[in-house]
Amino acid sequence: MAVRKPPITTREYWAPGHAACAGCGCATSLKLATKAFSEAMEEKYGDPNAFAIAHATGCMEVVSAVFPYTAWKAPWIHVAFENAAAVASGVEAAWKKIGRKGKILAIGGDGGTADIGLQALSGMLERWHNVVYLMYDNEAYMNTGIQRSSSTPYGAWTTTSPPGKYSIGEDKPKKWVALIAAAHQIPYVATASVANPFDFVRKMKKAAKVDGPAFVQVQCTCVPGWRAPPEKSIEITRLAIETGVWPLFEIENGDFFNIKIQPPGGGAKVKREGGRVVAIEFKKPIEEYLKLQGRFKHLFKRPEAIDELREQIKAMWKTLGVDVTLPKPEE
Amino acid sequence: MAESPFKADIERVQKEYSEKMTPGAIVYIPGSSVINKTGSWRVFMPEFNREKCTRCYLCYIYCPEPSIYIDEEGYPVFDYDYCKGCGICANECPVDAIVMVRETK
Repeated sequence: MAVRKPPITTREYWAPGHAACAGCGCATSLKLATKAFSEAMEEKYGDPNAFAIAHATGCMEVVSAVFPYTAWKAPWIHVAFENAAAVASGVEAAWKKIGRKGKILAIGGDGGTADIGLQALSGMLERWHNVVYLMYDNEAYMNTGIQRSSSTPYGAWTTTSPPGKYSIGEDKPKKWVALIAAAHQIPYVATASVANPFDFVRKMKKAAKVDGPAFVQVQCTCVPGWRAPPEKSIEITRLAIETGVWPLFEIENGDFFNIKIQPPGGGAKVKREGGRVVAIEFKKPIEEYLKLQGRFKHLFKRPEAIDELREQIKAMWKTLGVDVTLPKPEE
Repeated sequence: MAESPFKADIERVQKEYSEKMTPGAIVYIPGSSVINKTGSWRVFMPEFNREKCTRCYLCYIYCPEPSIYIDEEGYPVFDYDYCKGCGICANECPVDAIVMVRETK
């Protein structure tokens, strides 16, 4: 029988035995990101190990480096919540000074990127350091016990945005850090999802190969924080793409007008004008995405909140220059 | 049966690891978390049917541990020392070659 090979390198930089929950989507994202990075480094510099990681405090830092063990098989530095980008800048400057070839990968969660580390991230992008910043977005501070972050979507339950008689849960729209990063006019900004690993790996490799800063925002499931069953972890993120909740796009050099939008799949109709996506007609209602997660359970008693969420998703797509139609579920 | 890509790490940890505090609390052994056999967390275990497998590698790509590795012929091998039994592989397998069964010890 013919021998087949996996479509991605079998070199491992993320070892088993770490303390992540069963079904953690973020662990998958980091495993794929490091593999993609090593492939890109091999293609660019001929050395698959020519990278180092600066990791902000967060879920994945805590589960991967429980003292006295580490799950990392790459040079890795743990830094405080706010300064992953600053430390990555320093490492990159030092590598430049000693003439070492390679690229730095900075990793932060959504709290460490969107809230606490935003200033350091902005500084790193503005100073044009040769660093890829990977933001794994599980949409709340999951490590400390599910507190809301500015990346939490509208209507979600967290311990600091509890739904009840006078509250519908999180009442602010989600902040899109990828668009903030793109406003720095850096060479490459992308959003990705663990449910589309080939797209994610391609984007990580592209980000690793550009000269200058790059930013990748990847959505990944938090099983306890989203109140989701572990085996549905990937399925939920796939539904996020297919229902329009999570856009997949790439922006190069801050050129919002030539934004590249990946077709969402799930039967959605994509309308293009001159190669640019101008309208998407989704076929799956966002309720399909919401109903798999306990954090949105209370919304089904308040249909007006789901309609509000639909309006916010439309507004977000409008920012990307796309008119979307989101269907309502059939009665 | 293929060897785990972490075999060298496991042997090194067993040989070199000690409870003694290192200067500056530095962790010297990369990938030393392999000493934690997280397979004990499991309630349901994946059962693999080699005949049905089309070698699409989706289980290998999605496994968050990673506790799935590839043997010489390109089939996935499950490492039950580390599999936490999340069931992503069984849920994502397009040909149902993986099913989750309750583990009996």
